[in-house]
Amino acid sequence: MSDMYGKGILKGLGVSLKRFADTYLDDLKWLGRRYGTDQGIAHRSGKDASGIFTVQYPEEKLPMPEEFRFIPFLVYDEGPNGEKNLRCTSCGICSKVCPPQCIWILRSSDPVTGRPIPDPADFFIDADICMNCGLCAEYCPFDAIKMDHDYEQASFGRNVLNKAQLSKSAKYYESIRPANAQRENAARLAKEAARVGKAA
Amino acid sequence: MATPAPAQTIDLSARFPGILQPDTRPGYTGWIVDKSNLLEFASALKTELGYDYLSSLTGVDYLPEGKMEVVYQVYKTTGGPGVLFKVQVPRAEVVEVPSLMPVYPGVELQEREAWDMYGIKFTGHPDLRRILMWEGFAGYPLRKDWHEPYFEEEVKPFKSRWPEGKIVQAEGKNRFADNVTYPAGFDPENQTFKPEEALYDSLEKYQKAEIGLDTDHIIVNMGPQHPSTHGVFRVAVMLDGETVVNLKPVMGYLHRNHEKIGERNTYIMNMPYTDRLDYLASMSNNFGYALAVEKLMNVQPTERADYIRVMMAEMTRISNHLFLIGTLLNDLGAYFTPMLYALEERELILDIFEAVTGSRMMCNYFRFGGVARDLPEGTLQKVREIFFERLPRKIDELDRFLSENEIIRSRTVGQGVLTAEDAIKYSAAGPLARASGIPYDVRRAEPYSVYDRLEFDVCTRTHGDIYDRLMIRFDEIRQSIRIVQQVTKQIPEGPIVSMKPVYQVRVPAGEAYGRVEGPKGELGFYLISNGKPTPWRYHVRAPSFINLTAFGPMCVGQKLADAVAILGSIDIVLGEVDR
Repeated sequence: MSDMYGKGILKGLGVSLKRFADTYLDDLKWLGRRYGTDQGIAHRSGKDASGIFTVQYPEEKLPMPEEFRFIPFLVYDEGPNGEKNLRCTSCGICSKVCPPQCIWILRSSDPVTGRPIPDPADFFIDADICMNCGLCAEYCPFDAIKMDHDYEQASFGRNVLNKAQLSKSAKYYESIRPANAQRENAARLAKEAARVGKAA
Repeated sequence: MATPAPAQTIDLSARFPGILQPDTRPGYTGWIVDKSNLLEFASALKTELGYDYLSSLTGVDYLPEGKMEVVYQVYKTTGGPGVLFKVQVPRAEVVEVPSLMPVYPGVELQEREAWDMYGIKFTGHPDLRRILMWEGFAGYPLRKDWHEPYFEEEVKPFKSRWPEGKIVQAEGKNRFADNVTYPAGFDPENQTFKPEEALYDSLEKYQKAEIGLDTDHIIVNMGPQHPSTHGVFRVAVMLDGETVVNLKPVMGYLHRNHEKIGERNTYIMNMPYTDRLDYLASMSNNFGYALAVEKLMNVQPTERADYIRVMMAEMTRISNHLFLIGTLLNDLGAYFTPMLYALEERELILDIFEAVTGSRMMCNYFRFGGVARDLPEGTLQKVREIFFERLPRKIDELDRFLSENEIIRSRTVGQGVLTAEDAIKYSAAGPLARASGIPYDVRRAEPYSVYDRLEFDVCTRTHGDIYDRLMIRFDEIRQSIRIVQQVTKQIPEGPIVSMKPVYQVRVPAGEAYGRVEGPKGELGFYLISNGKPTPWRYHVRAPSFINLTAFGPMCVGQKLADAVAILGSIDIVLGEVDR
């Protein structure tokens, strides 16, 4: 308990005053580079941040960590003639593990034999129901469904995304998640090498 | 550190011959008590054996066996393992079980919940009303034979999604008036049905002051839309002038029957749902659920995973407490300056969460036997920077900013006192109990994960007023910083998950209760498995829900404006209260 009434309030106001001054001092120290630059944003969200550290969205955006996840997409590998080969084999694991059950897949079958072929006729994700948990991407055995980084998806209608809307190239995937893609590619190559070795 | 008492030193069946049998179903533990001897057994347990803290009560519906069960968990506040006992009754439209209110008044809200969800009538409960559903609701939603409108299938995954590949959207099916069921004899057009009557009647039951003017009392409803209720929470207060003479919490506006959803989900699907219970402390929820399922499956997480878990849980605690400090000051009228000062530091922690788990709040990071992915490169460095160089001095600054302020002190010191006896009586948990001087912390009372290897103190304060409840958050943040600092030094390299990650785990039949010390108190998950891919029973012992039991008694005799501050100091999150 303070000995003089009001001492605690003054102490607190001192903290406020210091923080108020810090913003301007920091501005001076950074000489205009504090806002709108990557270093400025990193400084404002780092251990030495002082003063105001609001990020002025949408003019400024926080850097996105690799693991950030938002709405899944389907990965396709580009063929030699520019065809899109979806990695998805419509095995249904994503659909079965999805907690709010927002994924459903139309399987395709061979028109002659009638037997199912491992390529989805269509693929739907109800983005309004999706809870961005990332379990589909985690348990997909073919690295075919991955979580996106694009969070600016506000719209007026209902967002049931189909196969065409969901497909994105493997290059895009590598650009948003370089470390993950590298690890997965290495694992896939090792697996294939092992299979070839066994066959030979 | 409290030394855990040796497990079951007293043979309960010898002490209570004839009224107690061990539960011999495979995978089950605990005791089955005869219904007629329940009160006698419980009071002996409390007074003779010292099990003074009733932590959790819940119902279970064994539909195939034609039985209903009430499951009780009691503990000693001095630490050590607890006693799990059950009462079994044949299944019926309404089943009756004696209320434990005379022995453990902390069951008040929990018995109301079991009545609401299972139709278990607790005879002797003074105020047995529905709690999460409204009074005109038909049926008992957690019973296995109850189905909601637009019911699709008993368990996920739904066949319509796989293999059929089509979806049925509920809003497309909405034909007016045929998606609501009313109880027998209920006519929505008829004005004689008054759902609030029982609530207002219960408010009339209070101790009349012996002296003073004979004044009229008025009932005031605060909420559900009120900024100081931190969500959609309502309190009905009986006021004498400005003084509270009786107060009842009214909740359920955010109710979505999390437990029913959980009983339809496969085990792994529940993990992201637990994030949404207490959405300010998602990884503590993950922790409790993972522990419960791991107990059932009998798997141990790897050492590295254990350390990561503890680090994440403690960061969650810090971010939660920072949020509480901010909102409590908002409730006291210090509008948004302290809140934003506190949230700045929380933001740095959320940045770490985002880098590690992929999401700032809905982390979904724990898996059975470990965690979802390893720490990305540079994370530990960032954690060290923040937890060694920044947070300690920032917490001190926040402390200097607030704790000596005369306005805060005059609003909080001596207000809303919860005595130690009352805290135990009303099953208060976590910081709420520790601010009243009860050194009870699950991390020490029944250590889980690697907490037994880490140095930290169980913080207590002695007065049990709002001020102590504010200050204990500062104490706990400092202890959590200590823990995170130790983890960054001790964390070993190695695998992060001890079993093959599969999308559907095999869980042997049995029951398990996993509990952790969440930021708001003891967070427990009671699970029953029957060997299927989905749990048969999934119950959440939600600390902010049970802490509300003490809310009414704390407010009696206080001014209405202080009731707001008292509610703020309990620290509730409606996602967890209403479930």
